[in-house]
Amino acid sequence: MINFQYLRTTTSKSALALLSKDKAAKFLAGGTNLIDLMKRGVTTPEKLIDINHVPLKQIELKGDTIIIGALASNTAVAEHALIKEKLPLLANALNAGASAQLRNVATVGGNMMQRTRCGYFYDTEMPCNKRQPGSGCGAIGGFNRMHAILGTSEKCIAVHPSDMCVALIALDATVVLANQKGERKILFKDFHRLAGDTPQLDNNLKTDEMIIRLEIPINNLAKNSHYLKVRDRASYAFALVSVAAALEISDHKITDVRLAMGGVAHKPWRLTASENFLKGKEASTANFEQAAKLAMTDAKGFGENDFKLQMAPNSIIESLTLAKSKA
Amino acid sequence: MEKRMLKDENDRVDGVFKVTGQAKYFAEYELPGLTYGVLVTSTITKGKITTLDTKAAEKAPGVISVLSHLNKPSAPGYEQDGGSPMKIFYTDKIFYNGQPIAMVVANTFERATYAASLVKATYAKEEFNTNFDKAVADSKSKKLQGQPDYKRGVENAYKTAEVKIEEKYHLPIETHNPMELHGIIADWRPNNQLTVYAKTQGVKATQGTIANVFKIPIENIQVNSEFVGGGFGMALRTWPVEIATVMASKHVAKPVKLVITRMQMFTMVGNRPAAIQTIGLGANKDGKLTGITHRAFGETSVYENFTEGVVNMAKFMYQCENVNTQYTVVPVDLGVPIWMRGPGEATGAFALESAIDEMAHALNMDPLEFRIKNDPERDQQRNLPFSDKNIKEAYRIGAQKIGWNERKNKPGSLIDGQLKTGYGVSIGVFNANRGRASVKGILKADGSLVLQSATSDIGPGTGTGMTLIASKLMKIPADKITFELGDSSLPPAPSQGGSATLSTVGSAVNDVCVALKSTIAELAANSNMDATANFVDVLKKNNLPSIEIIKQSQAGKEREAYSMYSFSIHFVKVNVHSLTGVVKVDKIVSVGDSGTIVSPKTARSQMVGGAVGGVGMALTEESIIDHRYGRYINNNFADYHVPVNADIPEIEVHFINKPDPYINPMGAKGMGEIALIGFSAAVANAVFNATGKRIRSLPITPDKILADS
Ligand SMILES: Cc1cc2nc3c(=O)[nH]c(=O)nc-3n(C[C@H](O)[C@H](O)[C@H](O)COP(=O)(O)OP(=O)(O)OC[C@H]3O[C@@H](n4cnc5c(N)ncnc54)[C@H](O)[C@@H]3O)c2cc1C
Ligand code: SF4
Repeated sequence: MINFQYLRTTTSKSALALLSKDKAAKFLAGGTNLIDLMKRGVTTPEKLIDINHVPLKQIELKGDTIIIGALASNTAVAEHALIKEKLPLLANALNAGASAQLRNVATVGGNMMQRTRCGYFYDTEMPCNKRQPGSGCGAIGGFNRMHAILGTSEKCIAVHPSDMCVALIALDATVVLANQKGERKILFKDFHRLAGDTPQLDNNLKTDEMIIRLEIPINNLAKNSHYLKVRDRASYAFALVSVAAALEISDHKITDVRLAMGGVAHKPWRLTASENFLKGKEASTANFEQAAKLAMTDAKGFGENDFKLQMAPNSIIESLTLAKSKA
Repeated sequence: MEKRMLKDENDRVDGVFKVTGQAKYFAEYELPGLTYGVLVTSTITKGKITTLDTKAAEKAPGVISVLSHLNKPSAPGYEQDGGSPMKIFYTDKIFYNGQPIAMVVANTFERATYAASLVKATYAKEEFNTNFDKAVADSKSKKLQGQPDYKRGVENAYKTAEVKIEEKYHLPIETHNPMELHGIIADWRPNNQLTVYAKTQGVKATQGTIANVFKIPIENIQVNSEFVGGGFGMALRTWPVEIATVMASKHVAKPVKLVITRMQMFTMVGNRPAAIQTIGLGANKDGKLTGITHRAFGETSVYENFTEGVVNMAKFMYQCENVNTQYTVVPVDLGVPIWMRGPGEATGAFALESAIDEMAHALNMDPLEFRIKNDPERDQQRNLPFSDKNIKEAYRIGAQKIGWNERKNKPGSLIDGQLKTGYGVSIGVFNANRGRASVKGILKADGSLVLQSATSDIGPGTGTGMTLIASKLMKIPADKITFELGDSSLPPAPSQGGSATLSTVGSAVNDVCVALKSTIAELAANSNMDATANFVDVLKKNNLPSIEIIKQSQAGKEREAYSMYSFSIHFVKVNVHSLTGVVKVDKIVSVGDSGTIVSPKTARSQMVGGAVGGVGMALTEESIIDHRYGRYINNNFADYHVPVNADIPEIEVHFINKPDPYINPMGAKGMGEIALIGFSAAVANAVFNATGKRIRSLPITPDKILADS
């Protein structure tokens, strides 16, 4: 670890002012990812701007929209009555992630910004295009059991590890960002990026920006939703595959449906084709199977993760079935 | 300090200490002038260090010294040629990736960490192989006999049997990963006096190893290790990094503390070796075994050899005239392995107990019935009677508790929606050891008893067991007894390993108590007191503040007349999800057959811990290496999956609790190892019963369940 400067601020304005002075500075939220990366020498910021005291912890309903501040803790969101009632998918996804101790300090903004858990990314002695562009991808031809099967690039097959983000993409969230000049809004689905030729970029946050809050429209999906996380142990493990599924059913017909997957791509992966297929159809196993199949159209394995080609569609079926079966 | 707050006689004597943070572990000792060592490790897998630039590190703030092969800090025992233990800082050779090549000593941990990052090495790389499977398959790779071949009756008799199976089983590297990180504090003083605070399973062993390397008298070395935060076998030797820390302290003439990182726990302090095993079983149609062949390959390193008892169980566990075994170790370019709980027997039992289940299936027999049918009356390997064995009773208890009668012999019969339920059983067995140990007893006129022995407690509750033995014999309440351990100046005892401490040290406790009682009786008689007089009165009458006796105790001829083993039976119920492939253990029943249970609570904890370790071995634990680089990939607690609470169901523990008439005065046999041995096979067998899928490669992760569907 190298020396760094620690700064603390209490307003987003001053946080952004500090950031504008030094683009190599980083915001420190819960620190559960950033500090690990610093210890491993993966990231070496010279300045840490502690934003934990910036008042962006609100969780509230405004009109038809739920607002969640970027510094609300993962636990605060997951345990909030409003979220449990209106957005159980989000609460369940959050509670499927990490451990209680981590969730207590991890923040919404930090969760969105967390970096991949690819072992090569973490080991500075190994090649990794994400950490060091041009050095090669260790996972291709190496240990890639945890890696992506959808939207992969020749440069990087890492997955975004977040559970929360899988629910957020399914819930049509919007992200509010700010720089010194003001705020801008971006759809959650456009926040994270595919690796493409620039695997070093995880998302579209600009270097002078900060995540301020999320805006999530309320919906009629609360009753029939399920977050399924398939993992190597029952808790405290990243997803092999996860599926956020939510259904609105009336007269046995699917009137609205949301489907998204984690553990399969460089970003949270919305299953638009599968959704379109299911809309207006009966919530039957046969239709779920067809939707799962559609989701895998362009999927591709890299050896050790080939099992995901089967686990992913299986999990879509299972998650839809469980969502439907909720009374 | 108040040692206890006993509510129940059987509570852990140090339980309150542990849960209130008063128990002091090696890294918590704050010595005046303490300095901190941080290791620099190799980034290549094999070759030689060509240059090592330590200048920048030496100039960094707070740095006192940088030790490496360049300045060869003095260790006279390393000056001599030969000998296999790796001589740290006495060689420029690299044997594995992550090998320590230098140690930075600084006045704070942070400064040492920073300075270590400034040390730059260049290497002459050589070709290497860290892939054990590849080494086993390669006819040109080096293979060493790990144990003399064994043969009874006809070799490979299974091949001509009426019913036969021959299958291959695979175990990955497992890493011990106790919570407490490894390390040591060394305080080398003028006149070659040394005190160390160690994480060790044997204070006397640590003392001996250090004396050997530094060529100083044993008496000059004081080893303290009162509390150990888990060992599982990895603290059964004094590792090169501990020697390096002693070198450092001698070199800088200050106390030096080393605590290695979690990542370093994977490379330099041992692991359960990978293994590939083939089992051949033959039986007649009635279900009698006619041939057992167990051939095993185990991983070892190129610079030191490691072997263990992988094929032991096959030689005596089942009644069979024809048995042959072979155990071969195959070196790869990784750090040397070390015993991990259950050691080789746990590796072997996974293969043998899976194969037994496979055979029962081939015969269309209940696997429990099949085991009972082939249960031996005598130990055929040594041609001796067993001192004590109650397996059939253990089967009966376990079967009833798990609900074995719910089990269907046809796999895949119990289905509820996507969940398939299955039941599995397996057996564990381990040599019931008894070594030699000494204990000092100090019986005091204030009514208390102090017992002392240089044994260890890596967690099983040694002090509690010893206290209960003494309490029962002396009729002194447990809270009046103190058992002191983890101090090399106390009467000698062997290292804590191989489930032998209770038997070995407990016997010496027994003998001391017997001697104390007879001394009291003598004193009573001499002072005209009643023979049953209380020792406090007797001591007072004789104006004695206390009496002291040291006893050495060891096994006798009984070990030549009887075959002594501890046994366990594990029953497991699992639910397997047919779409996701996730295996969830739903219930566990373990039955221990290990003689008298001296300490019921800590004995139960041993079985519970063994079951948890067994779930890890069966379902989650695997240390993964990228063989292109020879580096570990999942060397942290997020990616190396030890089971969490949510993975563990209700665990029922039962004991036969009948004294072994021959083993030792308590009739008690060790049980730390049997808690784990065989467990993984019970899970694999339950998975087969649930799904019809036989997974012969651990851990049984969801992808493997999905693979052949
Ligand atoms: C052992 C372990 C297991 C885990 N398991 C899971 C799991 O199963 N599922 C899961 O989803 N997650 C898991 N996590 C990840 C965890 O969710 C993240 O570490 C956490 O959400 C990050 O939040 P934080 O506030 O601690 O972020 P920090 O570590 O403080 O920051 C992370 C990054 O976000 C940036 N940042 C933070 N806030 C803002 C902001 N407002 N605007 C702009 N940038 C910002 C920081 O500069 C930094 O680059 C696990 C983590 C660990 C350590
Ligand atoms: S998958 Fe991406 S993060 Fe992993 S090694 Fe390849 S480039 Fe690096």
